[in-house]
Amino acid sequence: MANLATWGNELYTGKRSYPFVGKHNLWFAIAGLLVVLSILVPIVKGGFNLGIDFRGGSEFTVSSVEHTDVAVGENAVLAIASDHHPRVTNIAANTMRIQTDKLTDDQTLQIAEALASAYGVSKADVTSTFVGPTWGQDVSKQAFIGLIVFVVLVALLMALYFRTWKMSLAAIIGLLTVVIITAGIYALSGFEVTPSAIIGFLTILSYSLYDTVVVFDKIRENTAGFVDQHKRSFSELVNLGINQTLVRSINTSVVAVLPVASILFIGSYLLGAGTLKDLSLALFVGIIVGTLATVFVQAPLYAWLRHKDADVLAHNKKIELQRQSA
Amino acid sequence: MSTTGPIKQARKALLWLGVIFLVSALVLIGGVIGSKTTFAPKLALDLEGGTQMILAPRVQGGSGAATQEQLDQAVEIIRQRVNGSGVSEAEITTQSGRNVVVSMPGVPDARTRQLIQASANMEFRPVIVAGAYEATPQDQLTPEADLPKPTEAPKNASDTNWITPELFKQFEAYDCPTEEGKGADTVHPADKPMISCSPGVGLKYILGPLEVPGANIADATSAMGRGQQGVVTGQWVVNLVFNPEGTKQFAEVTQRLISLPGVQNQFAIVLDGTVISAPTTNAVIADGRAEISGNFTEESSKALADQLKFGALPISFDIQSEQQISATLGADQLKGGLIAGLIGLLLVAIYSIFQYRMLGFVTILSLIASGVLTYLAIVLLGWSMNYRLSLAGVAGLIVSIGLIADSFIVYFERIRDELRDGRPLPSAVEMGWKRAKRTILAAKAVNILAAVVLYVVAVGNVRGFAFTLGLTAIVDIVVVYLFTHPILQLLSKTKFFGEGHRFSGLDPSLLGVVPLYQGAGKIRSFSTEAESARGKKNASAAKEAERRQTIAERRQAAAHSGATKHDDSAQKDSSNG
Repeated sequence: MANLATWGNELYTGKRSYPFVGKHNLWFAIAGLLVVLSILVPIVKGGFNLGIDFRGGSEFTVSSVEHTDVAVGENAVLAIASDHHPRVTNIAANTMRIQTDKLTDDQTLQIAEALASAYGVSKADVTSTFVGPTWGQDVSKQAFIGLIVFVVLVALLMALYFRTWKMSLAAIIGLLTVVIITAGIYALSGFEVTPSAIIGFLTILSYSLYDTVVVFDKIRENTAGFVDQHKRSFSELVNLGINQTLVRSINTSVVAVLPVASILFIGSYLLGAGTLKDLSLALFVGIIVGTLATVFVQAPLYAWLRHKDADVLAHNKKIELQRQSA
Repeated sequence: MSTTGPIKQARKALLWLGVIFLVSALVLIGGVIGSKTTFAPKLALDLEGGTQMILAPRVQGGSGAATQEQLDQAVEIIRQRVNGSGVSEAEITTQSGRNVVVSMPGVPDARTRQLIQASANMEFRPVIVAGAYEATPQDQLTPEADLPKPTEAPKNASDTNWITPELFKQFEAYDCPTEEGKGADTVHPADKPMISCSPGVGLKYILGPLEVPGANIADATSAMGRGQQGVVTGQWVVNLVFNPEGTKQFAEVTQRLISLPGVQNQFAIVLDGTVISAPTTNAVIADGRAEISGNFTEESSKALADQLKFGALPISFDIQSEQQISATLGADQLKGGLIAGLIGLLLVAIYSIFQYRMLGFVTILSLIASGVLTYLAIVLLGWSMNYRLSLAGVAGLIVSIGLIADSFIVYFERIRDELRDGRPLPSAVEMGWKRAKRTILAAKAVNILAAVVLYVVAVGNVRGFAFTLGLTAIVDIVVVYLFTHPILQLLSKTKFFGEGHRFSGLDPSLLGVVPLYQGAGKIRSFSTEAESARGKKNASAAKEAERRQTIAERRQAAAHSGATKHDDSAQKDSSNG
């Protein structure tokens, strides 16, 4: 604590300073590269690994299984739908998951019963999910509408709160960077894209902006009336703001990521698959990327958006003169 | 700023929080004692096990999607069907104005599933015979010889020649209360007579073959009836309008029925096999505009009009997604979620103490307060709005542990910033709060906005997550205002925190502040420049940046400005101890 607090003091006073704004070209280039890679990864890998909610199909989860034999499940499915290719996996201790292509709703229920008797468990231990072919489009469409509506509303909210659309624009561009990079990492991991993962993505939007608002608030405070002082230029004030909130950024993201990490761990190792795992992976990656983006993309971007403004230019000139004379 | 000001405020805020806790807890305890609710939150199907069907309405022969009104009617019809089939606790809701979600515990039988999907079937049939609701007792059955026998082929739908001895026997044995429990068959052959019950009036009928299908209804509305001079009679009626084909058919029916005696004068409106109304025929309706009058209330007339309208527009349902969740899996998931939550909470607690020492305990206490408040909200919402906690909702709660703790960190870091500027703790708390609350409110507004947008547009189980996320954001604001800040106000007056004990998390020396009194008569000059700038209320924002000077700079400035300030700070110091 002592060291981090001292470090925090030095960041606060400006004694120690990291060039978040100064080296913005480097950060933007890295972010740009990551965005391009994130777009390329799913293309190279042949798209996302879509869950049955998007493909349509049926999924069964059999709990309390004693013999985790894959063939038992395959045979049970083939007995009812012989032309299908069931994928049977042992996702966690005593839990089997069986996925099939499109079946009818009735076939799904028949197979659920067959699986129960094949694995020697009661019908109450079998979860079956039937997803019709159009459901996935519905989910994706609504999620997309949600994304657009949220981005528009939040852009307005931020423009109103910060009284400058440039902060709002910087925040939104950074936000899109976060979403694309997180999606890229998700594609790379090969995790299934399920509605739960989509929830995770939409939550990242919220978290990432939350983080940005906190840092921007400090920047706004630092840069308010910057023309009346001649110690620091506009971009130096922005940079000071980022550095001053750095300890906070680290602490909040660690605290936010800890519970998510515990869901990810429990979801992956104890439960195998499902809502918790899909949701938490997107969040886990998103929170980390979101915090980094605030510091490396959103805040420097705001300084860059303002660097050609008349007042900033005039102020820079004054400071330059003053520094030369000193 | 008077010394007692913040303390008073703090006590008041804590009192308010206490009142909120107490009132909600008392309401809950009252509910539990009255056995209207339980202490445990209601669980959604994915945790409790059960069946969830997501249905998309399909308007038969109509164009595209169903309207919200049609959807609402469809929900009503499905509800009646599901409840009629003996499934209790089924929940039927519309989602995003496009889908109908049916959730029920357990696994529905094939018949119930079929019923849910089928479109409403409305028919107009003439009444031939009426009888008691219950089965006729054995000793009162009509003797075999007296059973009605058809003498010739039936001439029209009202003809008693439709009644065969078998049909009549069946009719006498027909016990409406029993049949109701089974759930009525929705489809009956259109060209045959049928037996049907009318729970509304408590009678059963033998009805003739179908005469006007429900699809021929153009509209149905409820209104106040009008007398012959157009005077409002004060009676609620249902106005029925047929389409051209229906007009023709209905004219023929009324033409025939008006001259018939007794119950044969009535026609029955049958929805899904049950008679919802069996009005008598008072006039020949040739223009396709009928008025059904009777002992209607505003509600019952509206209900009948809605049923007629729904019958006029048969909607069937495609299953978009059906999940039958085993109770075992649900319990596993809930257990996993709770373990994850506890681990998450523990990690956050450890990290907070590591980072903020005693202040970390303020975080933990605030998290506990948030937890209790969230619990109360969820249980009370479960009771009043039937909110059910789903796995996604549990995930939302766990994620929110971090988001809630984040606001405390934002606040603590602000206080530390103020301390670094050389303020004593009580005023650092006040100034830090002033700045932090703006930031926290803006940041939480973003969270709440996201939650609302997600909740409104989302389909599937996204809603449960959005709900808990939004709820906890509000809880967070309440707790920060009414708990965390007041507690800090009080703690800042204690010796432990006020003097910046090295475990307090607010140790000024750690924060780079040189103590005012350094022992042996050495006194550091107070950073007067910053103080004077801050002291001015409404200090212009223009001065802001100058206040952000480094401490070294400030000390330099102070050194320049002479000895008077030395005295000043010495006085302050002596008053401290």
